[in-house]
Amino acid sequence: MIPGSFSYSSPGSVPEAIELLVQHGFDVKVLAGRESLIPVMRFRLLEPKYIIDINRIPGMNQVEERNGYLSIGALARESAVEQSDIIKRRYPIIYDTAEMIADPLVRNLATMGGNLAHADPGNDHPATMLALRAEVVAVGPNGERVIPIDEFFVDSFATALEPDEILTEIRVPAAKPRSGGAYSKLERKVGDYAVAAVAAYVELGEDGTIQQAGMALTNASYMPIRASNAEKTLGGQQPSDELIREASSVASQEADPSSDLRGSADYKRAMIRTMTRRALAKALDRARTNS
Amino acid sequence: MAGEHVTVKVTVNGDSYSREIEPRTLLVLFIREELGLIGTHIGCDTTSCGACTVRWNGQPVKSCTVFAVQADGQEIQTVEGLEQGGQLHPIQEGFWEEHGLQCGFCTPGMMMTASALLEKTRTRAKRRSGTRSPGTCAGAPGTSTSFARSSTPRTS
Repeated sequence: MIPGSFSYSSPGSVPEAIELLVQHGFDVKVLAGRESLIPVMRFRLLEPKYIIDINRIPGMNQVEERNGYLSIGALARESAVEQSDIIKRRYPIIYDTAEMIADPLVRNLATMGGNLAHADPGNDHPATMLALRAEVVAVGPNGERVIPIDEFFVDSFATALEPDEILTEIRVPAAKPRSGGAYSKLERKVGDYAVAAVAAYVELGEDGTIQQAGMALTNASYMPIRASNAEKTLGGQQPSDELIREASSVASQEADPSSDLRGSADYKRAMIRTMTRRALAKALDRARTNS
Repeated sequence: MAGEHVTVKVTVNGDSYSREIEPRTLLVLFIREELGLIGTHIGCDTTSCGACTVRWNGQPVKSCTVFAVQADGQEIQTVEGLEQGGQLHPIQEGFWEEHGLQCGFCTPGMMMTASALLEKTRTRAKRRSGTRSPGTCAGAPGTSTSFARSSTPRTS
């Protein structure tokens, strides 16, 4: 399967890339890790007239803590995120997520920025970023703006990025003491999209109660969704098996999956309940051991 | 647009090549049709199976999911580049000795991934080759023992 014809540019800087975006408007697609865009172009689901390949822009591949947040550059590969010491040690929920994406070969090229900007409801990072209440940095002709993750996903495969903007960075609030998160995903085979997957994040008070909860679901609707009712169920409560069960049941009711080859809607909802239970139990364990 | 060509200069298995191609040319087709290196196979054509795996600046990647123009200035290694000076690569030797395959179609990709993993681990790492041979492949046990053989330090 060969993609349709297009013109190709590989700008050497962000301003240069934006100039090209302004020039070509809606006919252009930005190419980063290519692991989602090239497949859809091969199926001719998408036939952009121009491709702007941002891979030759230097920098933008950091995975580091700065100014009170974790900064992940738009060109940081999934393999780099997965192998980063700081991710493993301080943000294990992001490690859980990266490790479950596709397979190691895909992760050598795929980027976390692309995983968010492509906004496939089946992609894994969106739920984790919702749970962690991350922000996305977009740069356009008028400079930089910071988009809260809750405003970033607007529909299936659609984000708040303007046609002349590029996602340059992902910012995750710096890990706090007594916080923990986990991502649990059920997949039919290695590399598949989720049947059901759940990101859970909690911050505990000194007395062990849940001060803040972040819950979000993958492939549970036409776009990545926050399980707000599950978060409310958890807020201010002392963790217990019963609370975990209740929150899992609430999260599964918030899901609106469709029946497809990965299972019926009922089955998926049941699996969301199971994945929520697993993710939440692990997140609480991690929070308790994180002083 | 259609017919528009770009120049790509790329090093494949240590040799430099320069070609005029359409930007939409996938790396796997560039390697097979422009350079005539047909050891790299096209399997699923959907970024799943790994038959088309080549090493891109050392990293194993699926060449059906990269545009050749992106390889401009990069170093690519294909299965033809594993053998050095008439000597089989340890991975090739392992696959040969242990019959690490059933039909052999995806074996070039298996070996490219395995060669990268071998350099990374240099230890016994059975069943972690990272490529995804079909679950029904009768070659799977042999593939594991092939990798185990190539990753075992020689004593003689």
